[in-house]
Amino acid sequence: MRFRLPFEWMVALRFLREGRMQTILILAGVTGGVAVIVFLTQLISQLQASIVDRVLGSQAHVVIRPLEEANSRALDPGGSSAIVEPRAQRLKSIDQWEAVMRAAAETPGVVAVSPVVSGPAFAVRGQANKSVALLGVDAERYRRIVRMDDNMTRGRFEVEGTHALIGIELAKDLGVTLGDKIRVVTADRRDEQLTITGLFDMGNKDLNRRWVFVTLKLAQSLLDLPGGVSNIDLTVNDIFAAKDVATRLQAATNLTVESWMTTNAQLLAALRNQTVSNNLIRSFVTIIVALGIASVLVVSVVQKQKEIGILRAMGASSRRIMAVFLLQGGLVGLVGALLGTGLAITLLQVFSHVYRNADGSPLFAARLEPRFALLAALVALGVGLLAAVIPARRAAKMDPVQAIRA
Amino acid sequence: MSSAIVELKGIRKSYGIGTPVVTEVLHGIDLLLEEGEFAALIGPSGSGKSTLLNLIGLLEHPTAGDIAIAGESATHLDEVGLTELRGRNIGFVFQFHHLLPAFTALENVMMPAIIRDGAPTARAEATASELLHKVGLAGHEYKKPSQLSGGQQQRVAIARSLALSPRLILADEPTGNLDTHTADEIFELLREFNRERGSACLIVTHDPRLAARCDRRIELVDGRIVGAGLGGDGG
Repeated sequence: MRFRLPFEWMVALRFLREGRMQTILILAGVTGGVAVIVFLTQLISQLQASIVDRVLGSQAHVVIRPLEEANSRALDPGGSSAIVEPRAQRLKSIDQWEAVMRAAAETPGVVAVSPVVSGPAFAVRGQANKSVALLGVDAERYRRIVRMDDNMTRGRFEVEGTHALIGIELAKDLGVTLGDKIRVVTADRRDEQLTITGLFDMGNKDLNRRWVFVTLKLAQSLLDLPGGVSNIDLTVNDIFAAKDVATRLQAATNLTVESWMTTNAQLLAALRNQTVSNNLIRSFVTIIVALGIASVLVVSVVQKQKEIGILRAMGASSRRIMAVFLLQGGLVGLVGALLGTGLAITLLQVFSHVYRNADGSPLFAARLEPRFALLAALVALGVGLLAAVIPARRAAKMDPVQAIRA
Repeated sequence: MSSAIVELKGIRKSYGIGTPVVTEVLHGIDLLLEEGEFAALIGPSGSGKSTLLNLIGLLEHPTAGDIAIAGESATHLDEVGLTELRGRNIGFVFQFHHLLPAFTALENVMMPAIIRDGAPTARAEATASELLHKVGLAGHEYKKPSQLSGGQQQRVAIARSLALSPRLILADEPTGNLDTHTADEIFELLREFNRERGSACLIVTHDPRLAARCDRRIELVDGRIVGAGLGGDGG
């Protein structure tokens, strides 16, 4: 035996093979559509992920700060008129920060917590002095907030005693390198001699010029926050749940809690708009593909009405005729999805060579997540079947006698 | 239960019901066809021959009257039941052979069995191959209909009509578009199967020569049967 396929498959495949040009055209259509959808989806999800990754490469998902100080009125508000100036916000510690940190660590969704003491200072060497942000951290904990190990160009991300880690731009401005000493002075004239034990590159000149990492203790004494911390940084497991975690923590602690989603609201809005337009394109392409499959099958039903009549006269029920055309739609969808996914992989590879970052590294990786390929296959199969419903019903309803006579 | 393979009672068929122009094509047909009978259905164009054949073949529904095939009434059967009754008992040979162009001769002959069984079987292939051999087409099994001559195509169609060993073969002008010599061959083939297998045959034909060689001639004029004489009296 040369064939063992069930009747419906056998006829569907033969019809597709017989209508060669139509089949090739519609397959090309589905392939193109699927390729555009898969390529676009993969590209945009990768670009968005890399943008978010870059944004979060130098900031915590969630930051807990003390409440801002506000003026409270001692007098009855209606009783007098006064011009109230907003109060200046001095640097202060989070009350009971150890308890807050423990509570935060136990909050569902939080995977890492790190106390930070940060405040302004000047880095001085000889005649040069630069304004910097002093960051007192526990290196072991901070590593889990910002992946500093990846950013170190010299030395390791460790601080102890009077060691300091500075950015490559600051090192250039002050003309120092590993092992050199700089002096750090704060506004109330506390100062300390620091030894540089590491250089980092955050991929951002401003941060490379401003950040100076020291131990928690040193920062506390320089910034006059003995035993205190200015903020607690958190890492959460789902970055897009950061806002919810922040809201929950704010309610629980009564402190100022901000997520990266709030600080980068504009970026998020842009990403969301991009997603919306991407969905719009995908929907339209899907509809066009569906219309293409449907129109080819409608023509095929008309062309094949004689064959349909013969099959019906030979005992094929209308349901089986319907199955023949549904199968054709499904097959076109599925094969188109496979070819389209292949084309999308090729496109990704070509464009990953074309589009590059400022530093020459590829803007996105030329790989396709299996879930996108699977999704495309399922959607194409569904669209193929759905598009075939109307032609298949027409075929099934066909009166065999008239079909034969036509 | 009678030994009738076809039993028609008061069959009427109208077209255009629901439109202003209703045309009645058949005006009350009573007809009995015995098992193994070899009959010609003759009559001028437009007398309703094809319509009657389609009704017997359960491809169309009568407007009124009863049809029984092999003793089983078709009146209250639904689409599935009709398809099943037709498949079990009736083989068709159409005027323009009506083979499936996308399939080989062998596949075309196997098709009724494939439809019945849901998929091709070795037995169906053996039967089909034997039938093609019988109609003189050994060696043409894997040709497409377009690669065969008109006579060969009609032979394939006859082989196909016999695939499920039906008790009734309905042939709508099976020799209509063939030359005399080929037409004779095709007719003889039907006659042979009728004799060998006892399948009843109802042949619509315009050819008086062929009609004369049938056991019985049923003449249809203006939707009524006028002469249903037994055959053998020449003509």
